[in-house]
Amino acid sequence: MKHKKRSWTGGDVALNIFFVILSLITLYPFYYVVIESFSNAVANAQHVPYLLPYVFDTTGYESVFGDSAFYQALLVSLFVTLVGTAVNMALSVTGAYVLSKKHLAGRNFFLTLILFTMLFSGGLVPTYLNIKNLHLINNIWCMILPSAISTYYLIIMKNYFVSLPPTMEEAAKIDGANSFTILVRIVLPISKPFIATFFLFYAVERWNEWYNAVLYISQKSLQPLQIYLREMLTSMSSQLAAQAQAAMAQTTKVLASTVQMACIVITMVPILCVYPFVQKHFVKGVMIGGIKE
Amino acid sequence: MAQKNRNRLLKRLRNDSLLYIMFIPVLAWYLIFCYVPMTGIVLAFKNFKFDGGIWGSPWVGIRNFRKMLRDRDFLQAVRNTLIIGIGGIVFQMPCAIALAILINEVKGKWNKKIYQTIVTFPHFISWVVLAGILTSLFGNSGIINQILSKIGLPQLDLLTNAKAFRGFIWGSNIWKEIGWDSIIYIAAITSIDPGLYEAAEVDGANRLQKIWHITLPGIRSTIVIMLILAIGQLLTNGRFDQIFNLYSPTVYRTADTIDTYIFRETFTKGSLNFGYSTAIGLFKSVIGVVLISTSNWVATKVGEQGLF
Repeated sequence: MKHKKRSWTGGDVALNIFFVILSLITLYPFYYVVIESFSNAVANAQHVPYLLPYVFDTTGYESVFGDSAFYQALLVSLFVTLVGTAVNMALSVTGAYVLSKKHLAGRNFFLTLILFTMLFSGGLVPTYLNIKNLHLINNIWCMILPSAISTYYLIIMKNYFVSLPPTMEEAAKIDGANSFTILVRIVLPISKPFIATFFLFYAVERWNEWYNAVLYISQKSLQPLQIYLREMLTSMSSQLAAQAQAAMAQTTKVLASTVQMACIVITMVPILCVYPFVQKHFVKGVMIGGIKE
Repeated sequence: MAQKNRNRLLKRLRNDSLLYIMFIPVLAWYLIFCYVPMTGIVLAFKNFKFDGGIWGSPWVGIRNFRKMLRDRDFLQAVRNTLIIGIGGIVFQMPCAIALAILINEVKGKWNKKIYQTIVTFPHFISWVVLAGILTSLFGNSGIINQILSKIGLPQLDLLTNAKAFRGFIWGSNIWKEIGWDSIIYIAAITSIDPGLYEAAEVDGANRLQKIWHITLPGIRSTIVIMLILAIGQLLTNGRFDQIFNLYSPTVYRTADTIDTYIFRETFTKGSLNFGYSTAIGLFKSVIGVVLISTSNWVATKVGEQGLF
């Protein structure tokens, strides 16, 4: 939309003030966690650090980095994110590509089969028993395979492939290229930004994975970072709930919260680092979602 | 020539067979991870025994469903799911639409981009992390209560107070998702014909009039579609992640939803009454299908484009 260059009116000023405040409300909780993660018991007893850090104490981070279980959880999360996203992409891209071929016999049947799963599912218990029968309980693949395809993303990808101009593919076909070669050599290269969007969506989901781990993982060595953090948060807060030893807890409590905050920051860091640069891809992904076949 | 045609046909078939081969893993995934569990729904009509498994357990007819209707905790969970879900739509959707309109009104490409980047950020953080952050802010020993007690004001109890918890759930979800939700409306606004705004300007319309008479009608069909989606997912999208990571027994009364209830009934009560949990799950799925089909039907009736 073209705007004539005009000076800011009172409304514009108010609008920008509103957005600055909204931005602060959005970011403050994250900022608070960061300053709290560098705090310690002594500083917290003296001040309420809500705006500026009073100390720069890395004890919280040291105790997280000193825990061997943390590295184990980090490894699990990295594996699930890397391998899981690869599996996500391989299945979603091939599925979407095949279903984008309108001439394919049985295509409507397959589409219905897939769309139905968005409406109806077996529910928690049958799903759990299924995973159990597949011997995926306490198996790292239980965080990868059950969520290997997001039907929603697959359908958006399919719609995108349908919208691609068919001329290039036809030319390659006449040259004798098969479907797989066409997908890898022609369709994927011209869809790079689009594919990148879904790669990022999946990667964030895998990094944030915790639900399958809660359901199917009880073995400590297989817990991802999100569960490591969750256990740290819940075990310490339930200790706090029993506020019997109030005085004694005073010192340990603050320290515990510092460790918790440090762990929260570490868990967010990968997303924090990548997000500002890839945000436009995410926005694009949502917009593409609006396209219908 | 005929030979060539036949060759071409053979080649096409061979290429198609490759497509089918490529599709096998995808199809297998849907069968194994979506359709096999659906067969497990028979458990809803059985009394699950571990040694019998899904197929060897004895049939009990509709006993599990009878129990459901007498189960006060379950009925409360249904009520909570509906209240939290409907409240979520009523409070969150207008916020997202308003945000989209306001972002669109911001002049300057850069501030627009920065604001949008910032408000969308919390969407990408998991509820595990956010629950930790929100507890450190709003918890009984959180920063807000520390400040309140310093300046001598009464304590604010949102997380363990059954009366306030739903509000907290709505509020924190708006905080997390408003930026993300608004993207789709922003996309709809950018596709409105700029000529309409220019014409309105010539007619002397002010900003608010343009928003009311052009922007809002221009995104009406998007709003309707999002509303349908939201209503259809009232039960299925039970905000499990959010509530599961934030709630505690003191707020079960107002915050326990169907999903969290099934989870506890299945895994933490120790009763391992899998048949009963499956029955509740089936109830939820069936109502969910009915809801989404109905809202879609209504949408097409009122002249909007439906989902399917």
